[in-house]
Amino acid sequence: MSVDKKTVAKIAKLARIRVDEAQQEALSGELNQILGWVEQLSELDTSGVEPMTSVVEMTQPLREDVVNDGGYVDRVTKNAPESAHGFYAVPKVVE
Amino acid sequence: MSNLTHLTIADALAGMEKGDFTARELTEAHVKAVEETRGLNAYIVETPEIALKQADASDKRRASGEAGVMEGIPIAMKDLFCTEGTQTTAASHILEGFVPTYESTVSGNLWNAGAVMLGKSNLDQFAMGSANITSHFGNVINPWQREGSSAELTPGGSSGGSAATVAARAAMAATGTDTGGSIRQPAAFSGIVGLKPTYGRCSRWGVIAFASSLDQAGPMTRSVRDAAIMLEAMAGYDAKDSTSVNLPVPRYQDALTGDIRGLKVGIPREYRIDGTPVEIEKAWEQGIEWLRAAGAEPVEISLPHTKYALPTYYIIAPAECSSNLARYDGVRYGQRVEGRSLDDMYENTRAAGFGDEVKRRILIGTYVLSAGYYDAYYNKARQVRTLIANDFKKAYESVDVILTPTAPSPAFGIGEKMDDPIAMYLNDVFTVPASLAGLPGISIPSGLSSEGTPLGLQLLGRAFDEETLLRVAGVMEQAAGFSALPQLIAGGK
Repeated sequence: MSVDKKTVAKIAKLARIRVDEAQQEALSGELNQILGWVEQLSELDTSGVEPMTSVVEMTQPLREDVVNDGGYVDRVTKNAPESAHGFYAVPKVVE
Repeated sequence: MSNLTHLTIADALAGMEKGDFTARELTEAHVKAVEETRGLNAYIVETPEIALKQADASDKRRASGEAGVMEGIPIAMKDLFCTEGTQTTAASHILEGFVPTYESTVSGNLWNAGAVMLGKSNLDQFAMGSANITSHFGNVINPWQREGSSAELTPGGSSGGSAATVAARAAMAATGTDTGGSIRQPAAFSGIVGLKPTYGRCSRWGVIAFASSLDQAGPMTRSVRDAAIMLEAMAGYDAKDSTSVNLPVPRYQDALTGDIRGLKVGIPREYRIDGTPVEIEKAWEQGIEWLRAAGAEPVEISLPHTKYALPTYYIIAPAECSSNLARYDGVRYGQRVEGRSLDDMYENTRAAGFGDEVKRRILIGTYVLSAGYYDAYYNKARQVRTLIANDFKKAYESVDVILTPTAPSPAFGIGEKMDDPIAMYLNDVFTVPASLAGLPGISIPSGLSSEGTPLGLQLLGRAFDEETLLRVAGVMEQAAGFSALPQLIAGGK
């Protein structure tokens, strides 16, 4: 299996990172090298092995479904590159 | 008063308690030491005003009999911990200018215990790296140099700034975080003690996430006792981290009895890797002898899936990183680069805001989680992770701790191993397996390499048995008697 420039462009799009043509070539080489190396896992027979979900055996803690935090819009939006009227502001999404 | 920066935490606490010096004096000495060692680039932001204010408050608390376990101790805070009112960047451009409006649980615990913040220490960008060469704010320089050479060495990574400033006697201790070795490997490269606790022992809340199933905060200090003191302050249950474990926090210092008679020490045969330098093997043998001489019993063990740990890690960690770093979108915090549309803005922001290694890992993670590859890569890696954890479970049926080298080499030069990502990943060959299994590990300086730079030995323990780990580490520290000083040190050598 090999990651070509087209695949790099596709995953870069999925990851929302702009990667120009020239970088696609270099990245395809690097990603193939890394993926080729992790490929060695395929030599292990893992049939019937439970995939690990949590490294510490514990039951998921539950709490009452109540509002227990909030009420400080200013603090929440303080670091936003752009905010207005207590909301985050983004480029126009709907024409 | 000139030697305040050479004290251990334990000695400094005793000195302040006796009234030999104040937290203010101790902090002033360290603020000066931080300035003197600026050439190491160990800090992204220095916070002397905060430090002096905290020191004064600390002196007041001590005077009124309310001293905490870290009362008046000046430390560096890895710039991965959110600190209210102080810029927190994870050494990235995308978070440049981010000033949290909240405090991470672990840093908050330390301030509550009386610690004083000297500044935010430099690291590999988003904690991704083993040489502290991926920071947007420049490389960190190891205070150690090879004999007869002034070539700049890496302090290791990702907690490189923390390691360098503690080794250079500019901070008494520092926080680190360890995902695959980011506390233990820089501790080894810098000749200090680094403890990665069991996953779940310290809260991850407010720590900028890299790989959430692996990330764990821990202390970086110049003695095992200091690590015990600092861990006591850092650890504890936190309802805000659903993987934080609700177990009482012991007084870890009490574990340092010096008595390890009858303990069984596992020596994993799979950690004898071809190509490991002879001096690393020799240091390991020496460690085995020290423990044997103290009455422990070395036992050869097998951890059969060891060789699969690194490839497993380099699927799981990028997968989790690609999800965690999705939040940096130019909307809620950090940098934004405008675009013609929302998507365009996301893509421009993330292209400009992330460094090359971070992008590489996000792309790998996106690929292994994408439709068609999820089972072949991600699920496969999670299955192998189960096998690796089972190896340790089985080993701990017959041994109490495991002894290994911390890293496959001493500190290397900045610029070496840079073109090949996999050669860089191999730095963590001895630290990653325990990370995948969530187990605690500690690195202690064991001696000097033929180049005159520090070597570290790693002890691994059972889950939530940091006490046995510290007990054995204390005995090894005593046997090693490591007292060498780095070349680039506050106040000069």
